[in-house]
Amino acid sequence: MDSTTGGADLRLLALTKRFGDFVAVDDLTLTIPSGSFFALLGPSGCGKTTTLRMVAGLEEPTAGTIVIGDQDVTWTKPYKRPVNTVFQSYALFPHLDVFENVAFGLRRRGTKGVDASVEAMLELTELGGLGRRKPAQLSGGQQQRVALARALINEPKVLLLDEPLGALDLKLRRQMQLELKRIQTEVGLTFVHVTHDQEEAMTMADTIAVMNAGRVEQLGSPADLYENPSTTFVANFLGQSNFFDGSITERSGGNAIVSIEGNRVGVLDSRVHSSGSRVHVGVRPEKLRIQFAADAVMGEDTNRLEGTVVSSSFIGVSTEYRVGMPWGQQVSVFAQNTRRDERLVRGAEVVISWAPDHAFALDAAQDVGAGVGGAHAAERPESAGP
Amino acid sequence: MAVTTPSSDSSSMSVRRRPRGPVRWLRSRLIPLVGLLVLLYMFAPIFVVVLFSFNQPSGRFNYQWVHFSTNAWTNLCQVGGMCEALRLSLLIGVVATLCSVLLGTLVAFAIGRHRFRGRSGANLMVFMPMATPEVVMGSSLLALFVGMNVARGTGTVLVAHIMFCLSFVVVTVKARIASLDPRLEQAAMDLYANERTTFWKVTFPLVLPGIVGASLLAFSLSFDDFIVTNFNSGSTVTFPMFVWGAAQRGTPPQVNVVGSLMFVLSLAVVIATQVVRRRRSRV
Amino acid sequence: MSGGAVLATSVEQQEPRRGPDLPRAVGTSRATPYLLLSPGMLWLAVFFVVPTLMLLVTSLYTGSLDQGYTFEFPGHWATYSNALTEYWPQFLRSFLFAGLATVFCLVLAYPLAYFIALRSGAWKSTLLVLVIAPFFTSFLIRTLAWKTILADDGAVVRTLNSLHITDLLTWLHLTEADRILNTPLAVVLGLTYNFLPFMVLPIYASLDRMDGRLVEAAQDLYASSWAALRKVTWPLSLPGVVAGTLLTFIPAAGDYINAELLGTAKVSMIGNVIQDQFFVVTDYPTASALSFVLMLAIISMVFFYVRRAGTEELV
Repeated sequence: MDSTTGGADLRLLALTKRFGDFVAVDDLTLTIPSGSFFALLGPSGCGKTTTLRMVAGLEEPTAGTIVIGDQDVTWTKPYKRPVNTVFQSYALFPHLDVFENVAFGLRRRGTKGVDASVEAMLELTELGGLGRRKPAQLSGGQQQRVALARALINEPKVLLLDEPLGALDLKLRRQMQLELKRIQTEVGLTFVHVTHDQEEAMTMADTIAVMNAGRVEQLGSPADLYENPSTTFVANFLGQSNFFDGSITERSGGNAIVSIEGNRVGVLDSRVHSSGSRVHVGVRPEKLRIQFAADAVMGEDTNRLEGTVVSSSFIGVSTEYRVGMPWGQQVSVFAQNTRRDERLVRGAEVVISWAPDHAFALDAAQDVGAGVGGAHAAERPESAGP
Repeated sequence: MAVTTPSSDSSSMSVRRRPRGPVRWLRSRLIPLVGLLVLLYMFAPIFVVVLFSFNQPSGRFNYQWVHFSTNAWTNLCQVGGMCEALRLSLLIGVVATLCSVLLGTLVAFAIGRHRFRGRSGANLMVFMPMATPEVVMGSSLLALFVGMNVARGTGTVLVAHIMFCLSFVVVTVKARIASLDPRLEQAAMDLYANERTTFWKVTFPLVLPGIVGASLLAFSLSFDDFIVTNFNSGSTVTFPMFVWGAAQRGTPPQVNVVGSLMFVLSLAVVIATQVVRRRRSRV
Repeated sequence: MSGGAVLATSVEQQEPRRGPDLPRAVGTSRATPYLLLSPGMLWLAVFFVVPTLMLLVTSLYTGSLDQGYTFEFPGHWATYSNALTEYWPQFLRSFLFAGLATVFCLVLAYPLAYFIALRSGAWKSTLLVLVIAPFFTSFLIRTLAWKTILADDGAVVRTLNSLHITDLLTWLHLTEADRILNTPLAVVLGLTYNFLPFMVLPIYASLDRMDGRLVEAAQDLYASSWAALRKVTWPLSLPGVVAGTLLTFIPAAGDYINAELLGTAKVSMIGNVIQDQFFVVTDYPTASALSFVLMLAIISMVFFYVRRAGTEELV
């Protein structure tokens, strides 16, 4: 495998796909820089797979242009594109052994020295010695590697991965995430990764585009999207959030002051994504600090609210507290299990606090429940942060 | 379809339009086109059969169109012996179906539900009649009946029909049994159903569609059989035997009427079962 | 030989493979399967196995119908050599016609099965019904209809004549004197027509089981549509093709209805000879010998074919 070829920019220009009345991909414009690991993240039906299939040439766009490097491939046949795909649940050829699966693309193009290339690729993907097995005789993880090797060996300009780890169990998925990242760094190709798993996207990708209903909702680095989401959909899809309804009372010195039921809290101006004054103030549960009210110390957390503990559940690495606010809302707080305060039991008077740069303010017209189904943070709190 | 022109930075790049043209159109539709032509080929004789059932032939043979008439439809049994042959074929069909479905379902349950010594032998025994040409089956049975001095007639035809229907019944019912989830029976037993109740309340109703399918199949096999019947019928005339004889002497259009009726009735049965299945699966 | 038989073969195709560790049905004893089996197996033994042995015995008889047949150990084997010497052309013709019909069936059935399995979408079940619907009518009546279609002064022959296609066919020795009826072509055409669904349904079943994304994967890996068909679709449909060719070839090789109705005595097949020997000549030993040889020939051909096509592990 020659890693010097590298990838190429992938540009989508006003790409649209309609199936009858249904708009699967809606006027999508994206530039994916050469050599990056790019994730398209979104719930099922958001158009991410359709986008991928159009790039691969397996679906014809209704309108728009697809450019790889400086080549317009919009109407190019799939087998003439410098693009390869790792298919969802792999689509390995069941009648061919591992070696022939990996050699398939090279043979079709009449490349010389197939044997050596295939052996090298099998080594890279840690499949050495399995060449003569049939796909059915491999474990899920091995099948995944064959799918990857089969695509990578062709040195595509862009490698497309369609939910590549969806069929693996949690532990193997973790391992393969790191491995994929390693291989991408090693070969330096442009990877476009489609997934509905926010954790997977955040672990591997340099840049994530969160898609919803055929459009890109927000684009940025994993940390950016997590810390500073611009919509409730993104906030909820990437982890869990508490939302407080409030209104902006003043903006000065890079800060906005929001009044929440009479309590004044500060939010960085750069994290206010609202043209109006009514906002949802969002804070991640692990950014909140919970203290026994009688001896609370504020420190850097200049924003504070008072409440009563409703319940606490021990989760392992952390404890989740549900705190009731005087106006009836319940707030979720994750506290690290370093020094547990035994006084924080049901009915205890507490103070929750956070720093201004740990909150974001979103337009109050948005639905606070948008995208909730896609977030796994509630079930897996240990993975909530990058 | 307007192709969006990319922004100025890509002006050096040539923008290609959606490829079109008659060649591309034809290529993308080649397979459906060929498929439909093959279907047309399959239906060509059916059109002829139906069309010529409305013919008023000038001579004994009904191969040339003379003029339109509904005479054959209104005077179906006017042709000597045809309706008797039809009645006999229906009777043989029903009896052969009942017997072969009974025997075959038992065998299917044995093979589909049990592991036992000789299972693959039983499978082979079921498979063999399906892999044997009808001429061989028919002549073997004739050799047996001649050797044993058994007079050929309706009885020998029935014996033969039950024999070759049996295999097809076993295969059809066995496939249905194999597709059942064994956990359903375990669940029934878990819910206080004893073996007998489990069989009649769970297993049998689930296998029933397979048995119904096998019955239709057995009937159509028996009703339409000519070769095996021809060897073992003696002087008995079933409907296919009648058609064979008529083909030598001259076929009356009434034969086409029966052919058309068979087509329409079978199609109705199949469509009805499809509709029922679709309704059930929707609930 | 009807639509029903075709249905059964497609059902057989779809039977899932099960592991050897099937638990014995609860609450049954060891004797149960044998009790269930015995009536059906007895029937097959008495009316299939015994007749086949009887066929062998009959083929070794000496004597004639008038004077009575007798069996003298070790049997009159000369019947076999006499029968084969006299009727080898009919044997050859049977296998040739059946082989041709099988090839034609494959060529016609593959696109249709491919279309139904992979391209028809919501029309799938309707199209499947349409494939077997023509075969709801009697085999004989359908074959007689071809007599009308291919009639010497019919539209089909006249069109082919004016296009000089019959000249080409005659040059290829498939037809004679600008006619189609009563020529080898008509017989092969009839065989092709009558056994077509036996080819369509097994191929459909194996294509339908194929994961459609495999073709996409092949195209993604630089295979043109043609290369994807050759390297992926075709090998994966081979089990269906093997089943289909057997289901077409076996009945076609033994058929005599098409040769009788659409051909002449000059193009008679082995089935016609067997039937004539039994009912016209009433030479039972010769008829039985021919029948027995036909059975052996087909069994050995099938065995050889399955060994060649089937040893390679097919999915």
